[in-house]
Amino acid sequence: MTILSFTLILLAGAFLAGLLGSLTGLGGGVVIIPLLTLGFHVDIRYAIGTALIASIATSSGSASAYVKEGITNIRLGMFLEIATTTGAVVGALIAVFIPTNVVAIIFGCVLIFSALMSFRKKSEAISDDDVSKLARDLRLNGTYPSGGEVVSYKVRHVPGGYFMMTFAGVMSGLLGIGSGALKVLAMDNIMRIPFKVSTTTSNFMIGVTAAASAVVYLQRGYVSPGLCMPVVLGVLLGAFGGSRLLVKANTKWLRIVFGVVITFLALQMIYNGLNGKL
Amino acid sequence: MKRLLSKHFWADKDIQQLIGKQLRVGVITSSIIVFLGGVVYLYRHGHEAPNYGTFAGVRQGLDNLPGIFTGIMEGKGMNVIQLGIVLLIATPIIRIGLSVFAFLLEKDYLYVVITLIVLGVITFSMVGGLERL
Repeated sequence: MTILSFTLILLAGAFLAGLLGSLTGLGGGVVIIPLLTLGFHVDIRYAIGTALIASIATSSGSASAYVKEGITNIRLGMFLEIATTTGAVVGALIAVFIPTNVVAIIFGCVLIFSALMSFRKKSEAISDDDVSKLARDLRLNGTYPSGGEVVSYKVRHVPGGYFMMTFAGVMSGLLGIGSGALKVLAMDNIMRIPFKVSTTTSNFMIGVTAAASAVVYLQRGYVSPGLCMPVVLGVLLGAFGGSRLLVKANTKWLRIVFGVVITFLALQMIYNGLNGKL
Repeated sequence: MKRLLSKHFWADKDIQQLIGKQLRVGVITSSIIVFLGGVVYLYRHGHEAPNYGTFAGVRQGLDNLPGIFTGIMEGKGMNVIQLGIVLLIATPIIRIGLSVFAFLLEKDYLYVVITLIVLGVITFSMVGGLERL
């Protein structure tokens, strides 16, 4: 295989990843690492660097739209970014000391968790009770537009959410993913933030979190232009196409199919990690 | 100039619009640079065989800014791509910088401090000489 054909196949694969990722809401980054390592036998360290750059691209691209709509809670995002960036730097630092096959196993587990999260029943448990003094002092409570009216919500369990976000940041820095599923878990289940706000705010934070560890990986030589070029362009085009299709498509079946594919890939990552092949 | 610095000129909504626009411009600009670098790279190296199976790090000059610019002067496509990637990494970091400015205008000093902490963490990872570990 020549670099030209390798690049074109990778471009098509990344396009598909971006398209499915945006249609299902799981993000394209999650399949980049298995695509590169299992599909193209790329060393996992190059794959991590590439996936990290791809997640900055998709996150910044879609965040620009959400921020303008006023759904994103910028103060909440900014406050929690202290946790995610600190975690990301720690994750990128400890990555050097962890054998690559262990990284592959951890990655597989997070992938399965993300797939399970996308299947979970969504029951919203937000409230307008102002119970957290910390949330009040930090001005984290907010409002968002929904069908012509303004819905207000109050944030709870700030320390618990902060702790979970630090963990999400470590995973992001270690594995090169946005770890959106962990971020949403922290915001939905612990801090009791409405879905619309938590998904857009999580997406808003992914870019900064990934950038914090990307500077470390870039200096370490993990970020290879030959891989990033087709992957970034493909994922961006796919995500853009997906956002156009989203209105028409029936995402229920897509979500199930994508979830099954991801679980399969995750098991293969874990299997190869246990065998020491990655 | 005075009008630019007054609070009313930069309402909350405008800042959100500005941040949204900056993110989009950053992503579009960097993808164009990556694409142009990609064309040069494929023209020069398209017929060679890819080698990513064993990790050796990127070749010299691609892991630091001065090296990237030197390569661009020599017409290397890979370095042009890498410049686009650096710009992409910078996009959310610039967004943080803009937010400091925005919170300052709103006189929300608590969030000026919080935003500066985030900026500090990123700067630490950038210049902390972490690559020496």
